[in-house]
Amino acid sequence: MKRSTSFMRSQRRAGVVAALVHRLSGLALTVFLPAHFLALGAALSGAKAFERFMNVTNNPVIKVLEVGLVTSLAVHLACGLRLLAIEFLNLHERTAVTIAICFAFALACGLLFLLNVQMGSVQVVPS
Amino acid sequence: MTGTELTVRIWRGQEDGEFQTYRLATRAAQTVLDVVTEIQRGQEPDLAYRYACRVGMCGSCAMTVNGAPRWTCRTRVSAVARKGILKLQPLRNLPVVKDLVVDMTTFFVKWQKAKGVFEPGSVPLADFAIVKPNSAERRAVDAGVECIGCGICYSACDVVAWDRDYLGPAALNRAWTLVNDVRDRGQTERLAAVAAVGGCHSCHTHMSCTRLCPKNLAPTYAIGGLKRASARAALKVTT
Repeated sequence: MKRSTSFMRSQRRAGVVAALVHRLSGLALTVFLPAHFLALGAALSGAKAFERFMNVTNNPVIKVLEVGLVTSLAVHLACGLRLLAIEFLNLHERTAVTIAICFAFALACGLLFLLNVQMGSVQVVPS
Repeated sequence: MTGTELTVRIWRGQEDGEFQTYRLATRAAQTVLDVVTEIQRGQEPDLAYRYACRVGMCGSCAMTVNGAPRWTCRTRVSAVARKGILKLQPLRNLPVVKDLVVDMTTFFVKWQKAKGVFEPGSVPLADFAIVKPNSAERRAVDAGVECIGCGICYSACDVVAWDRDYLGPAALNRAWTLVNDVRDRGQTERLAAVAAVGGCHSCHTHMSCTRLCPKNLAPTYAIGGLKRASARAALKVTT
């Protein structure tokens, strides 16, 4: 039997989880970016092409993915700011607390966006 | 807990090997090192492990205990045993000599690579250097200078596991104490060494070294200090 040098389960503490989430959210954003550039590029072909693209995105699956995207963006931002604060502002943190704040911020952003999606879907009928 | 049976699974062999199971009675205030010694003296005379001081001064008894690197002389069985089971392995990220003994050569070679040695310069200082105890530099040195080179942080570090060239937390922590030593005359070479490939910029800030250091040192923040110092040095060179 070969000696295991893999990730030890007991090592999966806040710092490691934050690094993992930071990296995975970064990867999720790189998947989103080409779609984002395609949307912007469609605008170059005129308003109709852009509208066509936007109509494709106007479905519940994409809306759910958008909430995930906003959460990913927020968590990536918060984790990145944490690292910058440790490295360049010499922040001596209580790791679990700082990371919990980062995750809470991301969740709040996601929920706010979800609220906006919900409000946006409400049809106001003029009296 | 005294008198109940403890099951101990110990890695036997080198990189190739297997776990062997031993059983013994628990004792009051028993440390993991006590357990290994009892097994070696009573059940397995050729079990290889390393220790010297037994009181947390030398760091030579470091092993992986239930998945985390620890000084076994300062780790009570009652604090780490899970359902009466202890799983002991050699330190991660270092080659195994036999059973629980690892070869620390790479670890210390990396201290040299990180220029973790005081450089007095070719000409001795004309007078004593005045180092105020509350100066920022002295406090930065104080924060990291108590490292005894046990290898716990090196074993805990995931970046070392991924990148064999990474200097590791202990070597970089030592370099940071010397960066803050106003008497040292080797700063340019040291900053170049720690900013090179496998240096401080490879750290992913997992905090495992800081969480598990038995001396409660914080190599992560020392590495942060090196990142700042090397970034400042790079800006000075380019402007």
